[in-house]
Amino acid sequence: MLTDTDLQAIGLTLQVAALTTVILLLVGTPLAWWLAHTRSWVKKPLSALVALPIVLPPSVLGFYLLVFMGPQGTLGQWMQALGLGLLPFTFTGLVVASVFYSMPFMVQPIQNAFEAMGTRPLEVAASLRASPMDAFFSVVVPLCKPGFVTGTIMCFAHTVGEFGVVLMVGGNIPGATRVVSVQIYDHVEAMEYSDAHRLAAVMLSFSFMVLLVLNMVNSARRKTGGA
Amino acid sequence: MKFSLKPLLLSALTLAFSAPGLAEQTQIAVAANFAEPIKAIAAVLEKTTGHTLKVTLGATGKLYAQIKNGAPFDVLLAANTATPAALEKDGLAKTGSSFTYANGKLVLWSADTTRVDAKGEVLQGNSFHKLAYANPKTAPYGEAAVQVMDKLGLTSSLTPKLVQGESIGQAFHFVYTGNAEIGFVAMSQVLEGGKLKGGSMWVVPQALYQPIQQNAVLLQHGANNAAAQALVQLLQSPNIKNLIRSYGYDL
Repeated sequence: MLTDTDLQAIGLTLQVAALTTVILLLVGTPLAWWLAHTRSWVKKPLSALVALPIVLPPSVLGFYLLVFMGPQGTLGQWMQALGLGLLPFTFTGLVVASVFYSMPFMVQPIQNAFEAMGTRPLEVAASLRASPMDAFFSVVVPLCKPGFVTGTIMCFAHTVGEFGVVLMVGGNIPGATRVVSVQIYDHVEAMEYSDAHRLAAVMLSFSFMVLLVLNMVNSARRKTGGA
Repeated sequence: MKFSLKPLLLSALTLAFSAPGLAEQTQIAVAANFAEPIKAIAAVLEKTTGHTLKVTLGATGKLYAQIKNGAPFDVLLAANTATPAALEKDGLAKTGSSFTYANGKLVLWSADTTRVDAKGEVLQGNSFHKLAYANPKTAPYGEAAVQVMDKLGLTSSLTPKLVQGESIGQAFHFVYTGNAEIGFVAMSQVLEGGKLKGGSMWVVPQALYQPIQQNAVLLQHGANNAAAQALVQLLQSPNIKNLIRSYGYDL
């Protein structure tokens, strides 16, 4: 069925997507919280910045990331100053690129959930002397669970489906940066159509399953009348 | 009799657009290594004949796949001889129309002016982390780079350092941005007016790789396109041959 390099690409893709999702849960949640509650003028430009990858062609993002992470780029110079080496063509580099690329898919659903919840539940929690941390984990997280679930699934799935950015900054290295989408592209370019077909079919079923699960989560939420 | 302007206007318009020698446009596919020269050639073509070129760049293998799947290109400037020959055999190109427009040269190049020495000894050492080259499955220059590494017996030591561009254009971009310190690119990418534009290079000796003979072919889609035919003629004219040589090609 699938070749060894196909399986390697699938394993790599799942690792990049999982790591990106975990990082964005940790980074995206406070960002979404801040965006949902701030009255600062920075809110609008920052929201626009977070949403950019939705409208930006991956080639633009990939091009800028390659420059930004390169030896003359800002991030590249920091990385070198810290003795960490450069990011392009590495697994870490792919994860960093994916975090930028998938950020809106995590932040926006969570921010929407926070905004829909409003401040009332927190005021009640505070009047019952819950600490902010306690209130967050025992009131906010359960109430906003659908937002977290949607964000997590969308972020993971979107990272799995990433193509343009990884093609631009990845360097197509087996086991390090050759993810499934690039592997399929490679098969097609080399006219290995049956290999391309098998791997593409796997991606197709995966994407369908993700959307099916997402719909089921959403309709369950409507039935129980959750936030 | 009622006089109508309409037929008169229509015939005038038809005449204007079918006048002999009027400029036409042609859509052509060009191997990425020829990106710079084709710009200069397009300018000459437009100046001398009024015809305009619309250029699609890519790795030869990718362009072949596109043409096989019905891409509306009139001429292909490949980076090998095999692809034009295959297109003739497939009936997608005019039989016997394939000709050599350039012989490509491979160079090892760095954007850093001191990194690559005149003998390519940098390849033996450990002074770099990444070596860029084009995808050998689809780009003849990538295939040539693989032959060079094999011939030098460096394949196993260089493999962990390799990064692959989808075409020679992307491989060049990796080196140009400094993300790969060195890379195998086409001489035409780093030369202008016969001089190195910047950085440092080693011209890989011809003995280390199969000659990169680059053929062009007139595709069936462009068989009746005046601009396509003019381009094919222009590519074989002495002036253009000199121009092509100035980008580091043999001819």
